[in-house]
Parts: sequence; C-alpha cells; structure tokens
Amino acid sequence: MKNTELLTIRSGDTGMPYEWSIGKYGSRFFREIREHQRFLGIRCPGCGKVRVPPRRLCGPCFRELDELVELSDTGIITAFSVVNYPFIDPDTGLQRPIPYTYGYIRIDGSDNIFSHIINETDESRIKVGMKVRAVFRKPEEMEGNIRDIRYFEIIR
Amino acid sequence: MARRVAIVGTGQTHHKSHRLDVNGREMIHEAVTRALEDCELTINDVDAIVIGNMDHFESINCVDTWSVEGSGGVMKPILKVSTGGTTGTSVAIAAYYHVASGLFDRVLAIGWEKNSESDTTGAIITCSDPIWDRFSYSGAIPSLATEASAYMKQYGATQKDAARVAVRDRTHALNNPYAQMYNRPISIEDVMESAMLAYPIKLLDVCPRSDGACAVVFAAEEIAGKISPRPAWFKSCAARHTTTWFGDVDYDTGLLSLQRAAREAFDKAGIRSPADDLDVAELYLPYSYAGLKWIEALGFCGPGEGPRFIWDGNTDMGGKIPMNPSGGVISTNCIGATALLRVAEAALQVMGKGGKRQVPDVKNALATGFGGCWWSDVVVLSKDRPS
Ligand SMILES: [Zn+2]
Repeated sequence: MKNTELLTIRSGDTGMPYEWSIGKYGSRFFREIREHQRFLGIRCPGCGKVRVPPRRLCGPCFRELDELVELSDTGIITAFSVVNYPFIDPDTGLQRPIPYTYGYIRIDGSDNIFSHIINETDESRIKVGMKVRAVFRKPEEMEGNIRDIRYFEIIR
Repeated sequence: MARRVAIVGTGQTHHKSHRLDVNGREMIHEAVTRALEDCELTINDVDAIVIGNMDHFESINCVDTWSVEGSGGVMKPILKVSTGGTTGTSVAIAAYYHVASGLFDRVLAIGWEKNSESDTTGAIITCSDPIWDRFSYSGAIPSLATEASAYMKQYGATQKDAARVAVRDRTHALNNPYAQMYNRPISIEDVMESAMLAYPIKLLDVCPRSDGACAVVFAAEEIAGKISPRPAWFKSCAARHTTTWFGDVDYDTGLLSLQRAAREAFDKAGIRSPADDLDVAELYLPYSYAGLKWIEALGFCGPGEGPRFIWDGNTDMGGKIPMNPSGGVISTNCIGATALLRVAEAALQVMGKGGKRQVPDVKNALATGFGGCWWSDVVVLSKDRPS
C-alpha cells in the first residue's frame, strides 16, 4: 500500500437468498406450460385486454381479474436488442453469458408483450415483426419458473 | 391555495467516473456546501431536507440517516425519496411540496450517486419483477435498445439520426466544466464506429457512469426575493408513474408517461406551443434515441418528426429551443442526482448563472426526469413569479 493510495472495501461475492411468491395465476401459468406447452393469459372485463403472464390485478382499471384465457405458443417480435456487453446477473452473482438477444413478443391472442430470450444473435437475421414460437424444457425437467421456456425461435 | 416557491441556490460536484477521494457522505457535503454558498445561506437556515439516490446501487439502505453529516440533516426533518431514475425530479418536486404547503420556508433537495461502487446493470436489474422479468431484463441499455428498435421500425429513423443527438450533447459539454465528459467532443463517425453494446445502441450513444451529487435550495415566495435577486420560480410540475410490468408498455404510442406529464405541467404553466414558449430544455435523455422519440412526447415536434427537428439544428445552442446546454445525461450520469441536475441546470439558465453554457434571455425553462418502467416527471421554471 503506497502512502497516497485511496482504498476501497469489497463486499464479498455471496448473495442473500430470497423466496418470492408467484401467486395462484402465475402458478397455473407454469402448470399449463408443463402440461400443455402453451401460454395462459387473463382478460380484464374493464378494459377488455388479455395480458400474459396472468396476474390477479389490472393496474389501469384497479380491479381483480379471474377470466383465464388459453393462448398458443406462438407470437410476433415487437422489439429486441442483441446484448453484447458484460454485466453481473443479480440472479446468479455471475456474469451473464453474452451475446444473447432479449426481446418482447406479442403472444398470439394477447394484447401486451412478453419479455424473454430469442435464439438469434445475428442482427441481420432478426427483425421487428417476425413470427416466433416458444421452445420449452422437457416436461420432466420443468421447475415451475421462467426458465421452463428455454427461448423463442424465429419461424422462417 | 399552495404558496409560490422559487429555487434560490444550486450546487453540484465536478462529476467523475470514480471519486475514490471521497465517500458518499463527503461527496454529498460538497454539493450541499456549494448550494448554500450560491445563495449565501448556512445550514442553520435550512428547515428540512429531502434526499434520494438509487439505494441498491451502493447497497446502503436508509441513506437519509446514513448521510446526515454530509447533508446537514442532524436534528432536522429529513425524508428519503427514491423513485429510480426519476429520483432527482422526485426530490425536487417533494421539496416544492414542502414549501408550497406553507409548513417549511427553506428546504434543501439532494440527489447523489456513487455509480462506481457497484455493477450498474446488475443493480438496475433488481428493479425488475423477480418472477417474470428479471431472467431476460438486461438493465437500462438493452431495455432502451428495444424501444429504439421499435421506433426505427415505426418511423424509419436511423442510427445516424441518433448519433446526431449524442454529438449535440457532447458538443454542449464543452461549455460545462462540471460534466464528466467535459472537453471530450465526438463526431458522428466516432459514434457510428464505437462498439455495439446492445443493438442498436453503441458505446457513444449512451450515458457514462458517474460519481456525483447535486443540491438545490427551495424558498417560499415571501423570502425568495430577499435571498436571490433573480430566483427561478417553480411554475409547475407533474409526475406520471406507470405499472412496473415491462410487457405492458406500448412502444408504438410514444412515451405515454411523458406525454401525460407534459400535458399537465404545460397546461398549468400556460405553455401552449413548447417549441415557442420555452427557451431552453434540460432533458433526462439517457441515450441518443430518446433525443429523437421523447421530444415528440413533449410536443416539440410531431410523431416521427424528431430526426428532422434535430438535423435542422433547432436544439443546438443558438437554435429555436436549445436542449441540454450542460451536455445532458450523455455527458454525466450519477443516477440519483441526474434528474435533479436537470432542474438545477434549468434554474441556472433562468437565474442567468449559466456561464459559458448560458442561453440568452431565458424566461421559461423545462426540466424532465425519466426512470424505471418508462415513467416521467416534468418541471417548468420561470423568471416570472407565477400569478
Ligand atoms: Zn383493465
């Protein structure tokens, strides 16, 4: 240590584990994926919108929802980005592997967009408006979380 | 009826990527001292403090109590307000509420951040929903990049259009010795050739990570004129915070929260044509494409007209409505301070204290904040005391 050196203290790399409640409709969503390999949305009787994943509350209408809607496993890319720079993933405490493409997909039959990974990292081969299909884990490997959807692939 | 309120003093640090010579408290103290010197008050004159940052960035919770030696909050009422990227405008608006209520005469608003102390992207990801969004959400840059991809598809805007915005802000930073990117001008070619971080955003399209703090003194109408010969009157403000589901955003309608906040704040301030009635704008534009799309939400031009408006020079110094004389967020981004810096810089313009970055004859100035899941704050300051 030099006389003039300005020091910092490192926190260490261990994280504190949390356990978040998914809720009843979110739990149904993951069961639907395991049993039928398709998505489940929910319709708001106030604004008429079908949103996925299904949630119990509509924010704009401020009301409770209960009308689940079966959807398919396909959709349209509405926005995307190919991520090329490294950062720490707070879920794992490790650097998230790059490059990967993160995007928003309008699941067929829904009115909002769904955030996930698209398995195409070549910018010249992916465009807003392309049709995609979800690729799921094998049912016996599913854990009831967002990773049960492996990624979306472009239907060419 | 709310009391009229004015900004009478501002202070900020010289922003850097790493301030290893100070801890957070000491850095806050620099900004607070400069703000008090600016209006010739002492900490004893301050009745209450509102402070904010992104507390998960430094992993120091309860920063309101942790920072009192630096903020001057010992034995004073102090509140923490933390709303993500909009924290800076939220502390300004909260300080305004304090004084406008009639309960406090002189209130200090503080925003700060030591971005060097953690992985900014990793920290931002913890703002997203842990069950649904966190797996794919990738922090600010890729999230904004998805917005850019949709805007380019909708209106045919190009990467070069966006580069023009980055060049403007970095050129303006030539006039601001406080900016992290002071004296580091760039060209369109530099932007186009810089590393692709997250398509279509390149390194020079985005803000840096900064260590810095900002402090602003608010005073009641009865005393503002005695403290400052030319205060910046707080004419109006509005905040619009939407839901936190990233998937519920409709990219094709423009930035809805900013449209709504601007409409309310402009109505209250009597701003009918923003490009004509405002003289300068300090906008929270964390990336270049926002300088195209979000100025449409503010009504400076119509949907899809952002690129033309920028290329025509309207937003340069000397243009119809100069934007970001300070160099903006692309030149400095200490996140919890960033939106308060917009308010402070707008106040400097109204008070005629802009130095080399001063726009001549400013009557009305706009400041905005942006954050989190696409939410927005708008503040209008004026040379004229509100009627
Ligand atoms: Zn609804």
